Amino acid sequence: MIIYGVAILAFCTLVGKYTGDLIGIMIGVQSNVGGVGIAMLLLIVLANFPKKIFHIDEISQKGVRFWSAMYIPIIVAMAAKQNAVAAMSSGALAITAGALAVIFSFALIPLLIRLSNGRG
Amino acid sequence: MTDALDIIAQKNSLLVAFVFVGVVMWLSYKVSKHLTIGHLHGSAIAIIAGLVLAYFSGKYTGGSKGVADFDLLAGVAIMGGGMFRDFAIVATAFGVNLDDLRKAGVVGVASIFIGVILSFFVGAGVAVAFGYTDPVVITTIGAGAATYIIGPVTGASLGAESEIIALSIAAGLVKSILVMVSTPFVAKKIGLDNPTAAMIYGGLMGTTSGVSGGLAATDPKLVPYGAMTATFYTGVGCLLAPSVLFLIIKQLTT
Repeated sequence: MIIYGVAILAFCTLVGKYTGDLIGIMIGVQSNVGGVGIAMLLLIVLANFPKKIFHIDEISQKGVRFWSAMYIPIIVAMAAKQNAVAAMSSGALAITAGALAVIFSFALIPLLIRLSNGRG
Repeated sequence: MTDALDIIAQKNSLLVAFVFVGVVMWLSYKVSKHLTIGHLHGSAIAIIAGLVLAYFSGKYTGGSKGVADFDLLAGVAIMGGGMFRDFAIVATAFGVNLDDLRKAGVVGVASIFIGVILSFFVGAGVAVAFGYTDPVVITTIGAGAATYIIGPVTGASLGAESEIIALSIAAGLVKSILVMVSTPFVAKKIGLDNPTAAMIYGGLMGTTSGVSGGLAATDPKLVPYGAMTATFYTGVGCLLAPSVLFLIIKQLTT
């Protein structure tokens, strides 16, 4: 059933977020540490379980794939609710700091890609 | 009659949001196909359209939630909020190849630390260039240049003033929006077309909304890889900025 897939997805997301919060408390930062990443790993592990022990069948998978396909519309909604005025009118310091951080980070990507290719 | 419409819209705000986003995407894909002949992806146009609408809505309403400040479109804040965003990001992991994840393991983790430290020092440098000398202020703005969550968390723990915290949030917001908009334009040049590169990109950029929006507009298949590393970035930043990085800034300014 489709709800099985949705339920597994929701379960993984909740467990991941909760674990992320716990890690944050444990290392003493006021933030969630990797919650979504942990949830993703959990889902990947469940999806790759030996079929005999745990198997998400074709129809249940649709419940996960639907939300995966809703990803871009959700991101569009996220863009439409940003405080874009604050970003545009925040003054020279904030714009310079934000923009330079982006430019420097982009510039470093090709270098790190080359490093990882050389290693592997 | 308009009253009845208002009530229906308010009671069904999430459904109104589905219609709104559906229309925005339909128009964006039309524009992509006919005006840019497919050169600029429909999702990239839709995300930029969302930001532009958010800007004009903010100008009109004076609020901070973009189009969601109109009562009719309040549901957009739910649809685009953290719950649905994280739910959908996790769902994208379903197609992830474990070998691809492992291949980028070490570089992926390293990129998170490099990303936080790089953005932090760039932001701190800008603060110094603008004439700030107080290490608390420099650290808070540097942290904001990493993400708009690290900035206020750092500022609060160091006791920065609220204007400085607001500045750090603004710097992070600028970064996040720039990443969203610019990624599809630079993707080819920087080699962002495979899972390893996407994990490095997520680790270096770190802003979850920026990375998820940027990759959605570039190649949706890469989303889970970038999101995987980006989701650890804010935690690492909140750990490093008020501690090690603050001590370094303190040493450098005295």
